[in-house]
Amino acid sequence: MLNTTIADQEIVLDHGTGARLSRELVELTAELLGDVYVGEMEDSAIVRTAGEQLAITTDSFVVDPPLFGNGDIGKVAVCGTVNDLAVLGAEPRYLTLGVILETGLPLSRYATVLRSVGEAAREAGVVIVAGDTKVVRPGEADQIYLNTAGIGVFRRPPLRMAHVRAGDSILLTGPIGNHTVHLLSVREGLGFERDVLSDCAPLNGLIADVSRSPFGQAVHSIRDVTRGGLTAVMHEYARATGLTPHLVEEALPIERAVRMACDMLGINPMNAANEGCLCLFVQQAAADGVLEVLRGHPYGRQAVIVGTMVEGEGGEVRVTRPDGRVDLLDELQGAELPRLC
Amino acid sequence: MTVRSERWLIRVHGLVQGVGFRPFVHQLAETHGITGWVLNDTLGVQAAAYGPPPALGTFLAALREQAPPLARVDETRVEHREPVDEAPARFEIRQSERAGRTDTVVAPDAHICDACLREVFDPTDRRHRYPFTNCTHCGPRYSIIRGLPYDRAETSMASFAMCERCSTEYHDPLDRRYHAQPNACPDCGPQVTLSGPEGPRATGDEAVTAAVAALAAGRVVAVKSVGGYHLAVDARAEAAVARLRRRKKRDWKPFAVMAADLTAVDTVADPTRAESTLLTSPARPIVLLTKRRGALPETVAPRNPKLGVMLPCSPLHHLLLDRPGLDVLVMTSANISGQPIVYRDLEALTDLFEVADLVLHHDRDIEVRVDDSVVLCAEHPDLAEPLTIFLRRSRGYAPYPVRVAEEQEPVVAFGAELKTTIALADGTAVYLSQHIGDLKNHQTADSHGQTATHLTGLYELRPRYVACDLHPDFRTTRFSAATPAERVYPVQHHHAHMASCIAENRLSGPTLGVVFDGAGYGVDGTVWGGEFLVGDVTAVDRVSWLRPTPLLGGDRAVREPVRSGFAFALDALGDDDAVTAAFPVLGRLARRERHVFGVMFHRRINAPLASSMGRLFDAVAALLGICSLAEYEAQGPIELEGLLERDLTLGEGYPFGELTGQDGTRVDPRPVIRRVAEDLAAGVDLAEISRRFHTAVVDMVVRRCTALSRVHRTDQVVLSGGVFLNEFLAVNCLVELRRAGLAAYGHRLVPCNDGGISLGQVTVASSRIGAERGSEKNGPRTD
Ligand SMILES: [Fe+3]
Ligand SMILES: [Mg+2]
Ligand SMILES: [Zn+2]
Ligand SMILES: [Zn+2]
Repeated sequence: MLNTTIADQEIVLDHGTGARLSRELVELTAELLGDVYVGEMEDSAIVRTAGEQLAITTDSFVVDPPLFGNGDIGKVAVCGTVNDLAVLGAEPRYLTLGVILETGLPLSRYATVLRSVGEAAREAGVVIVAGDTKVVRPGEADQIYLNTAGIGVFRRPPLRMAHVRAGDSILLTGPIGNHTVHLLSVREGLGFERDVLSDCAPLNGLIADVSRSPFGQAVHSIRDVTRGGLTAVMHEYARATGLTPHLVEEALPIERAVRMACDMLGINPMNAANEGCLCLFVQQAAADGVLEVLRGHPYGRQAVIVGTMVEGEGGEVRVTRPDGRVDLLDELQGAELPRLC
Repeated sequence: MTVRSERWLIRVHGLVQGVGFRPFVHQLAETHGITGWVLNDTLGVQAAAYGPPPALGTFLAALREQAPPLARVDETRVEHREPVDEAPARFEIRQSERAGRTDTVVAPDAHICDACLREVFDPTDRRHRYPFTNCTHCGPRYSIIRGLPYDRAETSMASFAMCERCSTEYHDPLDRRYHAQPNACPDCGPQVTLSGPEGPRATGDEAVTAAVAALAAGRVVAVKSVGGYHLAVDARAEAAVARLRRRKKRDWKPFAVMAADLTAVDTVADPTRAESTLLTSPARPIVLLTKRRGALPETVAPRNPKLGVMLPCSPLHHLLLDRPGLDVLVMTSANISGQPIVYRDLEALTDLFEVADLVLHHDRDIEVRVDDSVVLCAEHPDLAEPLTIFLRRSRGYAPYPVRVAEEQEPVVAFGAELKTTIALADGTAVYLSQHIGDLKNHQTADSHGQTATHLTGLYELRPRYVACDLHPDFRTTRFSAATPAERVYPVQHHHAHMASCIAENRLSGPTLGVVFDGAGYGVDGTVWGGEFLVGDVTAVDRVSWLRPTPLLGGDRAVREPVRSGFAFALDALGDDDAVTAAFPVLGRLARRERHVFGVMFHRRINAPLASSMGRLFDAVAALLGICSLAEYEAQGPIELEGLLERDLTLGEGYPFGELTGQDGTRVDPRPVIRRVAEDLAAGVDLAEISRRFHTAVVDMVVRRCTALSRVHRTDQVVLSGGVFLNEFLAVNCLVELRRAGLAAYGHRLVPCNDGGISLGQVTVASSRIGAERGSEKNGPRTD
């Protein structure tokens, strides 16, 4: 089985898009690792050491371009890992930092990135406890790659995908599409980069506010909406819960400039990556309460309810279009392919 | 000397049950002085005929030629003949042998026959003005069937117990209503009701009369037709048509009309004899006729020389069109914003008041949603007979099978993504479902699954294999993987198109396939759509194709032809300044938009390369300023063709380039675009530019096919893909290819667009299964 999957195939760019091929690559990785892999495919792993539960995660960062308008790869590397720990209900504490540098990178750029790492870590309340640097020949890497691993502790029971129930409201903490549009625009000179900024931010504070609120118990699961966008998150939950996420397109928080850019580019903002947006699954009765708490935090001011988890046959995601039509939202294989004939 | 009598045992195959075939045989036997018997059995109809051989001969011929309107006789065969000394005195209808699966053969829905229609308009008849009058020769079939066997109990007529008089008709073998499952009369059958938003207003004939009055007053009335609801307005009343357009939020998509009779048709269009024959056929399709300019408000079918016309297809329609002055109604599918056509009463009564003032419904349920069929009939002096082009094959045709040459494996094919149909193989028959629609819609997706189950159930087939498209993201592809099939066969989109044309023409051997459409997933993972393929049903090679152009924004380019216009123009002319100078429509785009499009083009950002002929047509339509944004599918190409006013004369074609590569020849559209720019600058009439462009495509097809036929040693050519819905292209390619000495074939039975693709998927999968089995037997053992 494994051998037939591997035979005659090579890694393609779509293995990295966050869509179906990425998922299959992760599944293959787990299969290849065999019995030494015990992860549960959530954003962080939960381990127990000396009676205490810990959350552990790791992430590599390849950002093109590494320095963008309102941030850089350093900020993304800290926020990505911090958020992965926080969405499980853990309090992020320690990070490690691995750096791969391409020969020829101006030291000033390296300094900018590392200052960002420090700033973001300070804001998130984490400390860097170990690190490593490697330098490669020109062309063997693209300027700078980072890897961060993180450890968090639990002050509350972990949040799990399995806790999601039919009837739960689906909330987003902020607008979607900004990070993708901003980066693409900086990279290609599209001219949107001043109107649309990256949303990259550490969200552990926001999550802590919700957890400490009277509605903390009503939050069943949280996911950061990164690679693959909202579409990937919805499909992940559809598969894991056997329920059908039903979104309302008109409710999706999309900034005007982002909408305009996505229209021109023919990109669906639902498939776009973000670095500072959470998706929460909340018991319906508490949804408005949670919303209020979220909106009280600087990173959650634009939080909204975007849909509901409903009973279903599993595997599918529905979206009500502005004209009332209900469409199926497909999981993509990789990058979006034209389908119309 | 007297001729000695013989006994012939005759077997009739085809759609011969539940369509009045046995009473017909009975009557025919009496006319020819034949005695004996006839019965239904598991294989169709069997008859024993006694009489002198010459009489038997004419009887046999008449069985095929004079068969009742709903019957389809595929084969009549004499299984046994022997001289006899004694013959029965009479001809009788024997009791059916009801076991087995041919009892399940299902006829398509048919229009009301003349005999029934006479009754409806005869004040002395007990069915006077009764909207559900039917007999074995007419009426609903496929749309009212729930399950097996085809018996009243398994139709939506189950809840109506026949009165004594209806029951007598039903049980009398010599009656026109013998075993007519939907038989009914005003005393025992379904009734119509007219409802407003507040509830029911009138029932029975009063409801019909009130609906007619509302139509005459310019109201929008939703009408429950055979396979779903229509929205009706008086087509001659401009304000009424405008009201419907406003409420449907449709500005441009042409509406079809229903005309009372051929006389009424004549006032709005100019049908040929072949078109009139199609109009009056029992299937009652929408036929695209040449419009009489000015006869109806332009808003009925804007920017189009054609007008979709159908004749009434149920008694209810005849009653609605019975008022003087109200002889042409707009009849457009009743659906809410992109959803499939409404066919359930509950949905109609909750949703349709958004667009309709009144809803005319009734209590005979529609079990299967069936859209109207749409056909076009093209004529040319060099064509032996008019060419029937199906734009949609649905009501009146589904689920009648297409007969193919080869015995098929048990395959069910799930189609593509848009205009989906399902195909189901059974021997040399491939049953084609009704039009299902766009599977991105979740209701449509549900009905796709139901149709597959329904169809396999109706025919008691258990397909072992599934065929689908190669596109990894199509819902049908993923649906296939989830079925319990032994094996799934993904079939490349354009190969399936080509195979469907090969199959319906019953061709074999190496063939050239010219497949032009909007887009399909290619074997190399790129987007195809302007393809020359060589091969057969089992496998093809891509030997030539349209030079790829970036599709700016993927699917968005399809909805916004101006993107294709920009991409093709930039490719042909080089830079933004040249592009805006040549094409005013591009100059009107915002500077920022042109900048982004330019970056997308050069840096390939969300701009996959596509060799799509459909996009080239989009591009030219956009560059001429005809259609920048498409409200409905293929609006640009349709309006570009519309400029030709159905005049099929070839013009002075622009030259396509040819780029020869190692792997095949690319057809280069850039010279064509440059010539369009020149003609536009020179002030050449848009219609003439359109003609030169259309001619260019015809010339290119002929030149490519001629060259390829020499290299690949075959003169057999099939034309497929949605672009060949274009009458000018379809007809001229056929005619010119034949003139060049090639044996060219187009589609006549199934749509050349994705509505016909499931047929091709079946045959490709089936032949691969056959080939694999062959190689298992003969090939080297590897274990
Ligand atoms: Fe196609
Ligand atoms: Mg991560
Ligand atoms: Zn009849
Ligand atoms: Zn009756």
